[in-house]
Amino acid sequence: MKDSYITPDGRTIGGVLMDMRGITLRFGGVEAIKNISFDIREGEIRAIIGPNGAGKSSMLNVISGFYHPQDGEVWFRGAKRPTMRPYDVARQGIARTFQNIALFEGMSVLDNIMCGRLTHMKTGIFSQAIWHGAAQREEVENREAVERIIDFLEIQAIRKTPVGRLPYGLKKRVELARALAAEPKLLLLDEPMAGMNVEEKEDMSRFILDVNDEFGTTIALIEHDMGVVMDLSDRVVVMDYGRKIGDGTPDEVRGNQEVIDAYLGVAHD
Amino acid sequence: MSADFLYGIEVILNGLMAGVLYALVALGFVLIFKASGIFNYAQGVMALFAALTLVGIMEGQVPFSHMINAIFGTEIHHFGWHVPALLAIFLTLCVMVAFAWAVQKFVFRHLVGQEPIILFMATIGLAYFLEGMGDLMWGSDIKTLKVGLPQGGSRWIEDMTSGLGGDDFYGFFIDKLDMVATVVAAILVMSLIAFAQYSKQGRAMRAVADDHQAALSVGISLNFIWVLVWSLAGLVALVAGVMWGAKSGVQFSLSLIALKALPVLMLGGFTSIPGAIVGGLIIGVGEKLFEYTIGGMIGGATENWFAYVLALIFLVFRPQGLFGEKIIERV
Repeated sequence: MKDSYITPDGRTIGGVLMDMRGITLRFGGVEAIKNISFDIREGEIRAIIGPNGAGKSSMLNVISGFYHPQDGEVWFRGAKRPTMRPYDVARQGIARTFQNIALFEGMSVLDNIMCGRLTHMKTGIFSQAIWHGAAQREEVENREAVERIIDFLEIQAIRKTPVGRLPYGLKKRVELARALAAEPKLLLLDEPMAGMNVEEKEDMSRFILDVNDEFGTTIALIEHDMGVVMDLSDRVVVMDYGRKIGDGTPDEVRGNQEVIDAYLGVAHD
Repeated sequence: MSADFLYGIEVILNGLMAGVLYALVALGFVLIFKASGIFNYAQGVMALFAALTLVGIMEGQVPFSHMINAIFGTEIHHFGWHVPALLAIFLTLCVMVAFAWAVQKFVFRHLVGQEPIILFMATIGLAYFLEGMGDLMWGSDIKTLKVGLPQGGSRWIEDMTSGLGGDDFYGFFIDKLDMVATVVAAILVMSLIAFAQYSKQGRAMRAVADDHQAALSVGISLNFIWVLVWSLAGLVALVAGVMWGAKSGVQFSLSLIALKALPVLMLGGFTSIPGAIVGGLIIGVGEKLFEYTIGGMIGGATENWFAYVLALIFLVFRPQGLFGEKIIERV
């Protein structure tokens, strides 16, 4: 495959950002992921799809360091990644959202998103404790960055609201905002549209496309809704029972017989 | 105003000040419980240990001197110097931070994801370990703590108020140490709240208290935060230890004040910093006032049990405490 190319809608897709090589993940005797390889290229929207229990979320957890595969290598930005704790992965520039929303419920929307900027804040604890000049400047700079994201995702009206009081759809958006605040090199979205109605889904799709377009953020997402996936993504990995059964552009995947069988079921003789 | 009424006010004032100290110990509990879900039984012993260490450092005592003497047949007890109070407090704080780090590194890191009861048992072990350690390092004799805090009743307040209640009233008796303790505790609490609310690490602390997974995903190291929280609890323990130590001498019964923090927590809620403070004040005032008004009729010494009975009543009618999060179990 060539090093970089221009998509039909005019975005530049760069070289390989993340390369998963022969990943195998076992829980006890159960193999959740069986020897899967795929890559994510810079600037693209990469979808991972598959029926329930296919191992999609496990794969995302491997990328973000929550699970450690028994076999295989994770290459990020041209270097093999050692076994890493999730917070180190986050510090490397990989942000994520969760399937069941993991927000800080007791904190305001603003504070939640500010937490996303923690990896960008470098002043030490003593400087912070005495509220030294450097700490103040840092707070102001990061606050500005957060305000831009709040504008971008159109959540100005709820900035001060405690997250616990928000409806589901907005929570999802705040979680996206928090992940975005980290200015990640790779953004992982675990079912960003799960449980949403059609209108909310459209909003979220638009935001995902805008994020990719405006900031050039590489996005890997898991989604159930085939229609959404086909519209959003540049390339798709299809998983079933922990195996990879398809990989390519939405059109290629759609024509793949194994994929059709996995989704529609196949008659057993 | 009648003298009885004025004495009542004096009782309330003294109760408030005693309550501040209860609140301090309870605060240490709340800090750790919020951030890690660990109910730290060792909080009271931490206060004792901090006070012992402070006295030891100030007096230039040789740590483990009894053990060293027993093994090597030497006769050393003191380095022969005295460390100024402020420097000694700073050094003690360093010891408490080192302790926080060690607790995290050698105990709780290995217990991540265990049941709360297991974590609780670990802190009981920790309490006995720390008590033994304090004994071994600094000896078990009662020590006096002299960090230059004023002692005794305030003549000034007594003189100022003596005219209020006629011939039977001699003015409010208020311990200077209690006043200092109140001011110090207030400053400590306000700075802790400001730190948690506005600093980067404070935000991370609140994040960890709220959701571990989410905290990890934004790049927060849980271990760092837990060390930080235990260090802050160590700081609170040090302040509590200094105040109690200055009041009644540094002795091993100091660790029992931790038990008084239990009813405070039941009143205030285990997860609320304001709750710990208000709870402490209510218990402090409540037990003094009860002793003053009803205590005499039923033989006195009600301060020993009043707090627990009050907590029991709260457990029945409002189990989450005044400020605690309501426990809703969805079925």
